[in-house]
Amino acid sequence: MGQSFEPVIVGFLCNWCAYAGGDLAGVSRIQYPPNMKAVRVMCSGMVHPELIVKALARGADGVLVMG
Amino acid sequence: MVECGRHLNIEIHTLSEITEVAGSVGNYTVTVKQKPRFVDMDKCIACGLCAEKCPKKVADEFNMGISKRKAVYIQYGQTVPLKYAIDDSSCLYFQKGKCRACEKFCPTGAINFEDVETTKTILTGAVILSPGHVPFNPGKYDYTGYGRIPDVVTSMEYERMLSAGGPLMGHLAKPSDNQEPLSIAWLQCVGSRSISRHDRSYCSSVCCMYAIKQCLVTADHLPSHATQTVFYMDIRSHGKNFDRYYEDAAEKGVRFIRERPHTFDPGPNGSGVSITWMDKDGGKRTELFDMAVMSVGMEPPSDAEKLSKIAAIDLDQWGFARTDSFSPSQSSRKGICIGGSFSGPMAIPRSVTQASSAACKVSMELASAKGTLTKERTYPEERDVDQGEPRIGVFVCSCGMNIAGVVDVKAVAEYAKTLPDVVFVENNLFTCSTDTQVIIGGKVKELNLNRVVIAACTPRTHEPLFQETLKDAGLNGYLMEMANIRNHNAWVHKNTPEMATQKAKDQVRMAVAKVALASSLRSQSVPVTQKALVIGGGLSGMTAALGFSELGYDTVLIEKSDQLGGNAHYLEKTADGQTLRPALEQMIADVENNARITVMKKATLAEAKGSVGNFTGLIQTEENARTDVSFGVAVVATGGRETKPSEYMYGSDPGVFTHLEFDAFTAGKSDAVLKAECVAFIQCVGSRNKERPYCSRVCCTHTVKKAIALKEMDPEKQVFVFYRDIRTYGVFETWYHKARQLGVIFIQYDSDTKPDVRREDAKIVVTATDPILQQPVAIYADYLVLASAIESSGISGLSQLFKFSVDEDGFINEAHPKLRPVDMSVDGLFVAGLCHYPKPVDESIAQAMAAVSRAGVLLAKTEMKLNPITSFVTDRCDGCALCVDVCPYHAIRLVEYQGHASMQKRIETDTALCKGCGICAATCPKGGVQVHGFTLDQLMAQVDAVLKAS
Ligand SMILES: Cc1cc2nc3c(=O)[nH]c(=O)nc-3n(C[C@H](O)[C@H](O)[C@H](O)COP(=O)(O)OP(=O)(O)OC[C@H]3O[C@@H](n4cnc5c(N)ncnc54)[C@H](O)[C@@H]3O)c2cc1C
Ligand code: SF4
Ligand code: SF4
Repeated sequence: MGQSFEPVIVGFLCNWCAYAGGDLAGVSRIQYPPNMKAVRVMCSGMVHPELIVKALARGADGVLVMG
Repeated sequence: MVECGRHLNIEIHTLSEITEVAGSVGNYTVTVKQKPRFVDMDKCIACGLCAEKCPKKVADEFNMGISKRKAVYIQYGQTVPLKYAIDDSSCLYFQKGKCRACEKFCPTGAINFEDVETTKTILTGAVILSPGHVPFNPGKYDYTGYGRIPDVVTSMEYERMLSAGGPLMGHLAKPSDNQEPLSIAWLQCVGSRSISRHDRSYCSSVCCMYAIKQCLVTADHLPSHATQTVFYMDIRSHGKNFDRYYEDAAEKGVRFIRERPHTFDPGPNGSGVSITWMDKDGGKRTELFDMAVMSVGMEPPSDAEKLSKIAAIDLDQWGFARTDSFSPSQSSRKGICIGGSFSGPMAIPRSVTQASSAACKVSMELASAKGTLTKERTYPEERDVDQGEPRIGVFVCSCGMNIAGVVDVKAVAEYAKTLPDVVFVENNLFTCSTDTQVIIGGKVKELNLNRVVIAACTPRTHEPLFQETLKDAGLNGYLMEMANIRNHNAWVHKNTPEMATQKAKDQVRMAVAKVALASSLRSQSVPVTQKALVIGGGLSGMTAALGFSELGYDTVLIEKSDQLGGNAHYLEKTADGQTLRPALEQMIADVENNARITVMKKATLAEAKGSVGNFTGLIQTEENARTDVSFGVAVVATGGRETKPSEYMYGSDPGVFTHLEFDAFTAGKSDAVLKAECVAFIQCVGSRNKERPYCSRVCCTHTVKKAIALKEMDPEKQVFVFYRDIRTYGVFETWYHKARQLGVIFIQYDSDTKPDVRREDAKIVVTATDPILQQPVAIYADYLVLASAIESSGISGLSQLFKFSVDEDGFINEAHPKLRPVDMSVDGLFVAGLCHYPKPVDESIAQAMAAVSRAGVLLAKTEMKLNPITSFVTDRCDGCALCVDVCPYHAIRLVEYQGHASMQKRIETDTALCKGCGICAATCPKGGVQVHGFTLDQLMAQVDAVLKAS
């Protein structure tokens, strides 16, 4: 048996809400799995479709855009 | 704290006490006695070796004695300045003559046993006293068992037990046997709201909310079958959004019992505590709890009296600094102001507001000397590094144990060394400490680093600090990237340390990839219009306008109605009992006669444009005249209004009033009122319900004071108050006490047992179930006064104009509810008074002064730097104009220019309007417009770095 599957998720987090929410989750010690890696953006509207397509094409198991 | 420590115009003297304050406003000489630290601040690098080697352990006061610290110590990980100190009262060398272990091990030779006490004098124009408060010590109380039963703790001790960074690392354990407690009881009002010998007669205002917070945090820490029970008299969740929090706790299963337990006994085998109280039906009930938490109140600091003598200021009857409703931060001595809870029990937002109002008062006193002694930060010229190869330095923070307790920071640092372009890596205990900034700057210069990665906490709070450090070292601040391995990692992946370490490596790799592509960014400057606009002419607005004028700024004050003063016209007295009218009239005259203030009545703001430092607007008056106005900042003080009830026969029965109506009705002491035999009040009418799930904050005190006035008019008059919780917070509690002493009868009801009201001939009959008698009671009243809810007024149009945010209850949102309580969500706008939340006169005035103080920081500058994170146009733009319409800030225009052969089109962006949201960048199919600091290449590099697993 190999290791259990651990998805790689790219997260685009808006600095003002989702990223701030992530900070607050930290302050509140809310535990969640470490699979998502956050790219901080100044607004979720900044996330070019090309970034999402390329992320998936290059091997991401999922992309989260939060804002 | 860090910002304070780094501020050029703030000098910090630690271990210091003032011993004399001579002189007068504008010219004080303060004598300061500084105790020896025995550690040379210039040499200490806070490595902690001294504390590691020190053999002497003493109870750690920061952790309420739950853990031990050494005789050489820092109080907590983030202390400013981060320098160790020797406590000579426990140090073995000072007490017994030998040891000096720390001296041997200190790598920098910072220990100095010869250090002595020094005295200095400081020349200053004004003084702000903010010594805060101390928690009540229930040791004096024998009946709660504190000190006798091990599992009875104070809320302060419990707070440390709950803290993830505290002595138990957040793993709750009973002091008696270290087992996890599964049933915990809180006892409210310990030391507060009681006139027995050791207690304080006021309400400490904060303990209900912190107890509820502790319940909810506890529920998160413990298994779901664990229970939380709160024994209380009234739940005082009178702050903004507090009632929601309380309702939420009740819904989540926290048990609230409105009883005062009378007996506390140790549980079986000395573990736990058995609590006995009298039930509603008169029966005795005993329950065993694993732990009991005493919600202790606030007391003035133990040396308040000494301090008051030194500063020659008056204290009130409880030992808090005496202030005045109309000047809430002014002490009895001119030029000495009070910040925070030294002026009375209050929670964080009010303390911060109060402290800002003290800063405002001081600036007003010293306005003539403004700017004469301030220092400005200057930076060395920036090195031009954009062209060269990246040379990246990575600093990995342990954050004490905050990060290092979960993430293997050493492994992360080792890993960072293997990344491309990284030439230097270091792990620091606290990367944000002042000393580490010196180290970072030194490394930048020594190794010629041209990019820096800080793997630590969140850029949302710490980016400015590290940017400064780079600038001090001659690098552009934007050549730095943070990897958030604390908030987004160590704190949230506690149970999977290996995966957390892996993620931290990924985060560092992403930051390195991004920063390698970073380029220097420069901010543009725009001139600041040094004028203020104040919207709303109530007490808050007038206070703000007068404040600005004293600081030397011209102000336009617009008032919708035909008179200044707002709600204050209808109030008889302030909450602390002062008559309002003379002060109000004086204030109106001061505003109207002030050469710097332009008052516009029957006026509203019809248009607003621009941004912080540079707003323009159009004021419309009733006669349809329109006036242009330009301003650098605005204070929104549009106030509130008493709502008209829709129940209890209001509007259909002439004997039913609202507060303000009844005040007006009784103002002339009409015969009718004199003759009335019985007056009833119903509280929370329209507040704390589905429609308005908030507490209107002032109505309980208003009712209690009116009830007293009626009793004083004629002690035979019967006065009844139907209430849910009486929320006479802080020193207003003494009015409640007085009302009960005078014979006012208080009858409690719940949201589902509201009183019934009907008319029977000459009387209004109010019926309800008395919870003490457990029987229905009927009151025959001549008048019924409804404590109706307070709503904000006049903000919906403004919020559209300025695009500021308003909460679900219709009150203006602050930028941060605790730490930035007067800043609004839009830069350059500030809020004061009832439009922020219902509050009494003194709090409205303090908030208005705080707004002036905060706005004054912006107005003091003749020019302001714009955020350089904005869009820019690249060569690839071909003028397709797809982005023009999507920009929400209208910052993009299409322009024509002369190309090689023909006229060409491309876009132009306006940096002052652009907010850097990047919607344009995501819309452009060609990369023709990008955002500085977040270019497509940089974001793509981060994505690639995620996928390139290490
Ligand atoms: C029913 C009630 C009972 C109270 N009881 C007490 C008490 O017992 N003790 C106590 O200390 N405090 C009490 N207060 C609170 C006290 O009245 C306020 O703290 C104080 O008056 C400060 O108010 P303000 O200036 O923020 O708002 P307001 O007094 O409401 O003034 C706001 C002003 O702005 C104007 N305005 C509104 N919208 C606009 C607009 N768009 N453009 C221009 N102008 C506008 C209004 O016409 C008004 O003049 C009570 C308040 C109410 C409503
Ligand atoms: S009623 Fe006042 S003193 Fe009592 S616990 Fe609540 S806030 Fe504290
Ligand atoms: S009457 Fe007013 S102050 Fe008292 S609890 Fe109800 S809403 Fe709050």
